[in-house]
Amino acid sequence: MIQTIWAWLSEPTNWSGPGGITAQTLEHLRLSFIALVVAALIAVPIGLYVGHTGRGKVVLVNVVSAFRAIPSLGVLLLAALLLLPRLRGELAFELPSLIVLVLLGVPPILAGVYAGIGQVDPAARDAARGMGMTGWQRLWRVEVPIALPLIFSGLRSSMLQIIATATIAAVVGLGGLGRFLIDGQANRAYDEMAGGALLVALLALVVDMLLGLLQRAVVSPGLADDERKVS
Amino acid sequence: MKVLGTDLAEVVDLALQHAYLAGVPLLLGLLVSLPLGWLALRRRWLYPPLIAGTGLLYTIPSLALFVLLPGILGTRILDPVNVIVAMTLYTIALLTRTVADGLGSVPDHVRQAATAMGYGRLRRFFGVELPLAVPVVSAGLRVAAVSNVSMVSVAALIGVSQLGLLFTDGFSRGAMGPILVGILACVLLAILFDLLILAGTRALTPWLRAVRG
Repeated sequence: MIQTIWAWLSEPTNWSGPGGITAQTLEHLRLSFIALVVAALIAVPIGLYVGHTGRGKVVLVNVVSAFRAIPSLGVLLLAALLLLPRLRGELAFELPSLIVLVLLGVPPILAGVYAGIGQVDPAARDAARGMGMTGWQRLWRVEVPIALPLIFSGLRSSMLQIIATATIAAVVGLGGLGRFLIDGQANRAYDEMAGGALLVALLALVVDMLLGLLQRAVVSPGLADDERKVS
Repeated sequence: MKVLGTDLAEVVDLALQHAYLAGVPLLLGLLVSLPLGWLALRRRWLYPPLIAGTGLLYTIPSLALFVLLPGILGTRILDPVNVIVAMTLYTIALLTRTVADGLGSVPDHVRQAATAMGYGRLRRFFGVELPLAVPVVSAGLRVAAVSNVSMVSVAALIGVSQLGLLFTDGFSRGAMGPILVGILACVLLAILFDLLILAGTRALTPWLRAVRG
């Protein structure tokens, strides 16, 4: 199996051109990043509000777990059936996929931001209040920096799920690495399917590593979570 | 009986296959994560590789895993075993850390008290540490159950029979009915799994009810 995948991966013609590996990888990344940014724009403010004020906790926890139960493939195909006849051009294909990816990306970010702000030591909050900080200052200068490790873990797990699920967008005719999985299956070309599968897994790993590096750069060294600190 | 142009008997049949494909891996994954989580906690040097290693499993997209496993296991691509193995791997990815955290949350003085009462290592683990870790482990199990139910439906793209087939069938025929029924059935199945785990947790932690009164 490794040889057939390698043969497919090392064939230069598979990499070039509009349907080649390079182009599809970039397309996969483009879609995933748009979805992550939109999901973060929705989830971060809500998570900050709930974490900071403590209002709406129960609703948030339930919404997060209910969202996780919705099968992405079903929503994608439903959205495609509804939107394909109504929209024109590239948007008709992209919008259903983006809707699904954003729906999928919101819950982990919400959970991360909310849990991150929620676990800030009350003593730190009180100290900030004692120093005369306003609510806004406490949020941005104390709570958010302390919550960053958990906020990042929410963003990373959101990105992982978006990249993984962006593969199924190929079912409704969109580009990205999922093309190789879907086209390979249609043509009964196992090397193409397996090669595509390997590439998606690698892409997910590399992007997660890059986000991990970004996290290390942004999070205050005093908070950098040592993996061995369990209890 | 037909609902939204979908045969209900067929939906029940698909739901049973779906429950099997999502449920069996949950049990298998739990069985593997218990010793792994315990090892990660007891042997400190094993913690980073075990937790990071199992976490990495989760980065592999489900569709990719369904496709790659036949090549690794020597199974045929339509074999349900591929789905079972893939889902088990995801369950292990989610649960190993939870088990380690759950066991780690058992206070030291409780462990010492059990030892002082003459509990051996094995009896202390099954009689004291594991029961006390149940609430944390069950929280992880609930996440794994819900995400398994949702992920299994992706296997419809490679033709494995379960509720996801309603999505691909409906889409290819341009019919919204089966897709809606499929989504609803998936959500109901996830809720059912969740309730089962909650009931199990309640039965296993009678002391929590006693405290609440």
